[in-house]
Amino acid sequence: MAVAESTVTTKRSVLQSSAAQKLLAFGALIVIFLVFTLLSPYFATAENIIGILLATAVNGVLALGVTFVIITAGIDLSVGTVMTLSAVMTGLTITVYGLPVPVGILVGILTGTSAGLINGLVISRMRIPPFIATLGMMMIARGLALVLSTLETGTVKPIYFNDTPEFRLITMSSVLDPIIKPIAPNFSVPNAVFIMFLAALVAAFILGKTVLGRYTVAMGSNEEATRLSGVNVANWKTAVYALGGVFSGLAGVMIASRLNSAQPALGAGYELDAIAAVVIGGTSLSGGEGTILGTIIGAFIISTLTNGLRIMNVPQEWQFVVTGLIVILAVYLDILRRRRS
Amino acid sequence: MGDVLLKMEGIDKSFPGVHALDKAQFELRAGEVHTLVGENGAGKSTLMKILAGIYAKDAGTILYQGKEIDIPNPRAAQLLGISMIHQELNLMPHLTLAQNVFVGREPRGVLPFLLDEKKINAQTQALFDAMHLRLDPRTKAAQLTVAKQQMVEIAKAVSFNSQILIMDEPTAALTESEIEELFRIIRQFRERGVGIVYISHRLEELKQISDRITVMRDGRYVDTVDAATVSIDRIISMMVGRTIYESAPEVPEHPSEEIVLEVRGLNRGTAIRDVSFKLKKGEILGFAGLMGAGRTEVARAIFGADALDSGEIYVKGQKVDIKSPRDAVRHGIGYLSEDRKRYGLALGLDVEANIALASFDQFTNPVGIVKAENTRQTAEYYVGALAIKTPSIQQRVRNLSGGNQQKVVIGKWLTADTDVLIFDEPTRGIDVGAKSEIYRLLNDLAAQGKSIIMISSELPEILRMSHRIVVMCEGRITGELTAAEATQEGIMRLATQRSVMVATDNAAPTVNGTTAE
Repeated sequence: MAVAESTVTTKRSVLQSSAAQKLLAFGALIVIFLVFTLLSPYFATAENIIGILLATAVNGVLALGVTFVIITAGIDLSVGTVMTLSAVMTGLTITVYGLPVPVGILVGILTGTSAGLINGLVISRMRIPPFIATLGMMMIARGLALVLSTLETGTVKPIYFNDTPEFRLITMSSVLDPIIKPIAPNFSVPNAVFIMFLAALVAAFILGKTVLGRYTVAMGSNEEATRLSGVNVANWKTAVYALGGVFSGLAGVMIASRLNSAQPALGAGYELDAIAAVVIGGTSLSGGEGTILGTIIGAFIISTLTNGLRIMNVPQEWQFVVTGLIVILAVYLDILRRRRS
Repeated sequence: MGDVLLKMEGIDKSFPGVHALDKAQFELRAGEVHTLVGENGAGKSTLMKILAGIYAKDAGTILYQGKEIDIPNPRAAQLLGISMIHQELNLMPHLTLAQNVFVGREPRGVLPFLLDEKKINAQTQALFDAMHLRLDPRTKAAQLTVAKQQMVEIAKAVSFNSQILIMDEPTAALTESEIEELFRIIRQFRERGVGIVYISHRLEELKQISDRITVMRDGRYVDTVDAATVSIDRIISMMVGRTIYESAPEVPEHPSEEIVLEVRGLNRGTAIRDVSFKLKKGEILGFAGLMGAGRTEVARAIFGADALDSGEIYVKGQKVDIKSPRDAVRHGIGYLSEDRKRYGLALGLDVEANIALASFDQFTNPVGIVKAENTRQTAEYYVGALAIKTPSIQQRVRNLSGGNQQKVVIGKWLTADTDVLIFDEPTRGIDVGAKSEIYRLLNDLAAQGKSIIMISSELPEILRMSHRIVVMCEGRITGELTAAEATQEGIMRLATQRSVMVATDNAAPTVNGTTAE
């Protein structure tokens, strides 16, 4: 029947859009890379590529958590400042309280997790829209990070990890050197990059193979149907936001280690880069579809673009403009595809 | 037929502004197909949603297998063996069929948080095999036709070992052969002793599949009859046997022959297929059909709310180009949505603002500042003229009853002074008393020379109000009847006239020459 066939094709192309967007995003990444390689001799150097990888690491990890949230058709605006709060907590634990580095890392990750958990509870129990709930958390976390950083000296100051040099090495040394060095002697990939890819593998595993991942997609695809299937939507949604918090906490530890300090004023704006990475990677803001690989590609597009423009001596202000245009373009292409189907 | 499986008695349920169920009752035996019929709004779906744990009842008892039970949520219903297949399908389009069937109770892998996808697929395959369904569990739900999705929902219901299977209008979107397939599966379950509740508007199906039929009207139980012996006429008279309509005025005097609106060859995908009709001055043209027949789509297309693939619209003989609702209003066409709360009213604003909403141009000075005195006068005029029951024109529309909200929408379009008014289900969700007032209003408007298209799923309403009736099915106009020749059965026959030949897309067959030229 004509009716039947057209429904089938319509829906099929909607489904393919995620894969298509991913392909498109990957193609875009290659094109951006090639263009900058042609435009500047300094772009495709080992040193610069490592710089791009490193710049992607923190945003990439943040974006992983945001991916889950957006697949449920939610949003998390708090990941940036929660990351900062986690960094400050790690800093306090290690430098002010003098506890061992692993404890500091654990505290950082738990801080992020708690913030995510609270987001989830506020959204699912108090029924506050995700945008508002996480906007509130964004401000709360920013404030708390500043307050906590004054505990030591009375003024807002970064917390430095000068007494624990091993903390910095967590992200900045390279466990992969023994493997990579023999092939490419100049190419020393910092652990931060390795951690991001590891986190991405874990995220992909959770999304694809676990109950949490299944319900993340189910809730985003049709929340009411999921509820009618007997799934406790409130609890699982809380879990999704808590998972987002885990990644924010991890990002907090990573950025503190990389900068060798917890910078309490940093972090605002990171959430937007993370959301942009997720969206460019083909995750639909209306929920139900999205992939971890897409998000990682999206994060690379943003950092490659930023890096390339900087190398081209484009002022930072203009870098924002370009990134903004790319985000709008990516979402517009997505909308065009949907409208066609 | 087996023992009594379920007895619902004295079930009461109110929603704000509507008394949906008034001491309703229902009985179901094991191994029977028990059909619930009634007009839209009779309370069939509400009663069954209470049984499925989606709504909580206000009063009444539910006896299941001899014990009184409480069904607080859908999960509880599932555990009791009560499954409902909803009118709007409830699959998750982005998940595979197997994932859909087992969502909420997935077999787990080596660790409790891991999914055992192999097992999910294997068990679903076994389920499909048992039902003789040729579907791959690994297909994404979005790729299936509505009919197939429905089969998957049934498979899901069955996998709960359901004792009671509730189906809310399962055939609304199915073709003849798909309906046959559905009936085959229903009979399978009946033989296994499952009690099946079947809600349907398709009267011709009832005798084919039902053992017993219960009729509901206005939230009340009317009667339960044996399907084998009852006639369709008898069911219809039980369904419509209300008296309040009689007090509504009869069809007003005949409209003039002046054509106000003409539509030629409208097409939009599969939703609208070659629709052509004419509307005369002072006429009420009824649009009848089952849900999803494409009537609202046609109205929205004429109003410029949705784009068309092809087709021409003439207003008073002039070809017009309507690209947006704004164009439509400029050409004198108003549309009163079936979902007035979502599309017809700004609920948080007061009566005055809502009445002025579609015609602020009239009420603003050149700088764009609203002339408050004029809007107040207009609002007060229509509150009086339409007898809108509101404490003041400053009352928020949210706080008015359904009937009065509808009158505010009508007031809004009268202010905009459009010649053509399209009413989409004008009395949906309005209590019986207010309905007759709306009817009188429509008659008055027609008598004053307004031309009205009235889309309605309530046959008595269509029959009582219309000068002419256009019937649609699956996006096509399947017939046109004059008020004199129209009967419920005549309309029903056209409304269910699905024709397989149309699949080739060309030249939809039309009855009585409704196609222009």
